[in-house]
Amino acid sequence: METTQNEIKPRKSLANKLGFSGEGKSSPARYQIMRRNIIVLMFLITFIPLFSMAIINYFQYRASIKQEVITPLRLMSHKTAHSIELYLEERLSIIRALGASYSFNELSDQKKLNRLYRIFKKELDGLVDFGIIDKNGNQVAYAGPYILIGKNYAKQSWFHEVSIRGIYISDVFMGYREFPHIAIAVQNFETDVQDWFLRATIDTKKLDEIINAMGLTPEDDAFLVNKEGMLQTSSKFYGKVLEKYPLEIPSTLGTSIQEKKDHQGKDVILSYTSFLHRDFFLVVVKPSRTAMKSWNVLSMKMLLIFAGSVILIFISVLKTSNFLIKRIKDSDEKRETAFRELENSQKLSSIGRLAAGVAHEINNPMAIINQKAGLMKDLIELGADFAEKDRFLGLTDSILQSVERCKKITHRLLGFARRMEVLYEKLDLNDLIVEVLGFMEKEALMRKVNIELNLAEDLPNISSDVGQLEQVFLNIISNSFAAVEDGGHLKITSWDEDKDRVGVSIEDDGCGMNEETLSHIFEPFFTTKTGYGTGLGLPITYGIIKKLGGTIEAKSREDAGTAFTIHLKKNKFESEE
Amino acid sequence: MSNFKVLLVDDESEFVSTLAERLFLRGIEAKTANDGESAIRMVMEEKPDVVVLDIKMPGMSGIDVLKEMKKTEPQLPIILLTGHGSTKEGMEGMKFGAFDYLMKPVDIKELITKIQEAIKS
Repeated sequence: METTQNEIKPRKSLANKLGFSGEGKSSPARYQIMRRNIIVLMFLITFIPLFSMAIINYFQYRASIKQEVITPLRLMSHKTAHSIELYLEERLSIIRALGASYSFNELSDQKKLNRLYRIFKKELDGLVDFGIIDKNGNQVAYAGPYILIGKNYAKQSWFHEVSIRGIYISDVFMGYREFPHIAIAVQNFETDVQDWFLRATIDTKKLDEIINAMGLTPEDDAFLVNKEGMLQTSSKFYGKVLEKYPLEIPSTLGTSIQEKKDHQGKDVILSYTSFLHRDFFLVVVKPSRTAMKSWNVLSMKMLLIFAGSVILIFISVLKTSNFLIKRIKDSDEKRETAFRELENSQKLSSIGRLAAGVAHEINNPMAIINQKAGLMKDLIELGADFAEKDRFLGLTDSILQSVERCKKITHRLLGFARRMEVLYEKLDLNDLIVEVLGFMEKEALMRKVNIELNLAEDLPNISSDVGQLEQVFLNIISNSFAAVEDGGHLKITSWDEDKDRVGVSIEDDGCGMNEETLSHIFEPFFTTKTGYGTGLGLPITYGIIKKLGGTIEAKSREDAGTAFTIHLKKNKFESEE
Repeated sequence: MSNFKVLLVDDESEFVSTLAERLFLRGIEAKTANDGESAIRMVMEEKPDVVVLDIKMPGMSGIDVLKEMKKTEPQLPIILLTGHGSTKEGMEGMKFGAFDYLMKPVDIKELITKIQEAIKS
């Protein structure tokens, strides 16, 4: 039959829809997309809040832990700076008191100065020497370990400063003494004498002691720096006393905390505390690594929990979505199958009704034709001879034969449509199959068709209609015979499917059929047997199986063979009617 | 000519008239009726020996006509014609006292055999 491309296409899609095409055609791409969307959506829904919480917690914890480090650092720095300042102020006031207590003449007396020096050396911790300087800058008396009498300080900057301001405390310096010390000078006025200066130097050991009293860990460092950036006390990591401090010093007052990399590239927390009355800064340095140790531990734990949760979420999202997709796919397939079956049975039943109607309506005119042709024949036979008598007899005979053929067709049509009573009786399906094969024995022998029987020995008896099942198997087996070449193979298998059903399959290695044909085989009048065949064999088979509460399906590949699989109910059941 | 009379009942007048003619050619006298009412009337008037009755007719169905005829003429043999491949209605007719049933399109020889059997009974 010639069909155009346009006609084939919708029919093919119908074939797929009906699922007669051997394997169900699903659209994996659609499920892939659906799966991907579900995974992305679920992952985002769970991941975004988790991620935000983690980020917020991260910064919150970091800030509070840093605060825990910074607050004590700030306090300690402040206290220590204050102690140093107090120490210096105390030294200054003692020197001032000393200067005010004695006159120039008394103190220029070397002996007296020596005595005072010995007393004060004991009481005044870190005192190095005393010097009395007249208004011209000449050292007139000196008590201490060095020989500095007669030295002139008039050109030195501290001398100018003390002349103007009355007091002077130097930064740490080496000077003639070759070790770090601080000079404190006070100006004294006497009415009868010109003003003069008392100058004391103290070493910086006490400053180191105060700084050490902070109780820092070995990784930490603390030292004094002046505003020019010269180290006033020795540091562990940032140079010796009077060396240049490698980092920049902030200009702010009070305590400022910085976090940065030092000159060696180490991450450090720096605390700069400025002095109230001096251009000194107390610098405390803590390496971030140790300072934030607890933070590092915590953040590592947080990271682990976060990563663990993400992995858990991911796995469960993956599992859940796979499960969901599988369920959706299953239910889609089930629905599609149910839909296909419904569509097919509806189609067949409406075709059946139509066929029955046509058969009924055709039957009456057929009866009339039959009678008229019969009468014609009667008249010809009984009448006198005439020239074309035999010819007419032949014609009426062929009309009657055609009517007979029509009768067969309508009879079978009605058989297809009719809902016969089902006669239930106990039967052995294996016996029934063997019996049916008996009808075909002759043909099988003649055509050398090899029949392989795989009948389950423990197949339970079922309750069904023997006559109708015989017709079913006869139809299918004779179809298989028609499909195979001489010497072909036929395989009949029976098995116990489950507690309600048994199964039988009939496979041949014959010519098979294409999807198009396969999708129509249960429709009445669809036949490939040109010339003979009513196209009602399989539709009737289908109808019987349905009526008996079973299922029948066909799978076929062109030039490879066809397999029919039948499932039948074991137990007696109520008729559909 | 036979000594008995057959009444053919079918809504298809062409069918019954042809059949009647064919029976007549074979020496059987046959009357025809095209519906149930006239058939029942003719049973009274003509007193046929056998009735050949189509089951499927508009108006009164063959089964109704059968029941009606059996009321007045319980001994009258009635042969049913079933239009269907189905034998169900034929069997049902047998329950109501039909002699036998034949399937349409009917073979003339078969019909005559049945008619003769009915007469003899």
